[in-house]
Amino acid sequence: MAKMLEVQNLQKSFGDLPVLRDISFEVGQGEVIAVIGPSGSGKSTLLRCLTQLEHADGGSIAVCGDEMLTEKGYKDAKVLRTIRLKTGLVFQNFNLFPHMTVLRNITEAPVCVLKQDKAAAEQKAMELLRKMGLEAKAKSYPCELSGGQQQRVSIARALALSPEILFFDEPTSALDPELTGEILKVIKELAAEGMTMVIVTHEMSFARDVADRVIFMEGGVIVEQGEPSQLFGESASDRVKQFLARFSE
Amino acid sequence: MTGEETLHLFLLMLQYLLPTLKLFGFTLLYAIPLGMVVALLKMCRIKPVSWLTRLYILIMRGTPLLLQIIVVYYSVPTLRSNAHCPEFLRNLLNHVELKGDAGDVYMFRMILLAFVLNYAAYFAEIFRGGIEAIPKGQYEAAGMLGFSRIQTFFRIILPQVVKRVIPASSNEIITLVKDTSLAYAMGYMEIMYIAKKQMTTYSSLTPLFMAGVFYFVMATLLTLLFSFVEKKLSYYK
Repeated sequence: MAKMLEVQNLQKSFGDLPVLRDISFEVGQGEVIAVIGPSGSGKSTLLRCLTQLEHADGGSIAVCGDEMLTEKGYKDAKVLRTIRLKTGLVFQNFNLFPHMTVLRNITEAPVCVLKQDKAAAEQKAMELLRKMGLEAKAKSYPCELSGGQQQRVSIARALALSPEILFFDEPTSALDPELTGEILKVIKELAAEGMTMVIVTHEMSFARDVADRVIFMEGGVIVEQGEPSQLFGESASDRVKQFLARFSE
Repeated sequence: MTGEETLHLFLLMLQYLLPTLKLFGFTLLYAIPLGMVVALLKMCRIKPVSWLTRLYILIMRGTPLLLQIIVVYYSVPTLRSNAHCPEFLRNLLNHVELKGDAGDVYMFRMILLAFVLNYAAYFAEIFRGGIEAIPKGQYEAAGMLGFSRIQTFFRIILPQVVKRVIPASSNEIITLVKDTSLAYAMGYMEIMYIAKKQMTTYSSLTPLFMAGVFYFVMATLLTLLFSFVEKKLSYYK
């Protein structure tokens, strides 16, 4: 199985506060990884380091076999940009462009960044919207959509660049429980298609049902990682059990 | 004043509307782009650049526009007769013609310069506020999608800034219509100038009243225009 993501001894501090202490893990092609843990455990920072939104202080990161960060530091801007285009990120609060229609939100990057033909980009965008069940909303503006619909548009927007690996930063945290389901359904479909995904989430049922592997983080370190049956089962460490118990209450 | 006189006065003042509009239009034409540049300079990470810009804005907003107009206007004749003026600058300034028709051009340019420098400072503060109000997530989303910094600014940020700054800018622009009357102090022949002159001729307040109506109509038209633009841009939040 090809390695889509390799992280070794990743470290990151904000000032004197260490947020990531020594993170190492790998993600294989088509794997779905759920990252769980209490607030402030460094989950989001980890994701932001992997997507280059934050610069890590040390360790190494390789995406699709391309080194991004090594012991010698970050690669040059051109390499980083190439790598960035292989990664997609779905934000907690969507971050759609409010002044563009749904369709243009999706086509803008393929047309302006990848220099794709506009008609072709629009065709692909419509396919993605169909997949998200939002075909009818192509001409709408983000403010006219529900949170769940906006999040599906932002997933379509990330997919339009055909990323090799897709990251989700608490994709359902800003949504009503009712709308959470529609996002989880989309992620499940993507998993079935073989999309490699790393998902920071508070949806434990989702981590259990969809993820191939679950990473439990706390205090900037990976406390435990393994198959859902392991972390959600009897063999899990006490800390993980304690954390999960609070969710099942 | 008789009806005929009033009509005559109206037609006369209409001719002086053009210089007013010229000053107004050219000020906007230069002050808005310059204001955007100044806003970006103030947000510049290089500290001295940001400090200098801050000082410029402080001075422009901290002193009267009328004073600035007078200072700019008299800067050329005063500097070139100043003994401490460096040679190259004096040579440069000696080329400026101040008499006759060229003097009128000089006057307009200097008044325009003062207006542009002043209004750019105000616009800069409005634009900076607008740029800083754009959530960080917009930059991050654009970055994740591979947009360059320039593309992000022009395609993602600027269109949203425009919408945000329109209410405050329209205020500034309406103030500018009325501020053009300050050019009267330099003898620039605009509406205020002719109104004051005709007031003496007719010994009547009607010319001043009429000037007031001119400004009022222009300000009202601009108000209508901006509420229309705001409505046009309300398709998104």
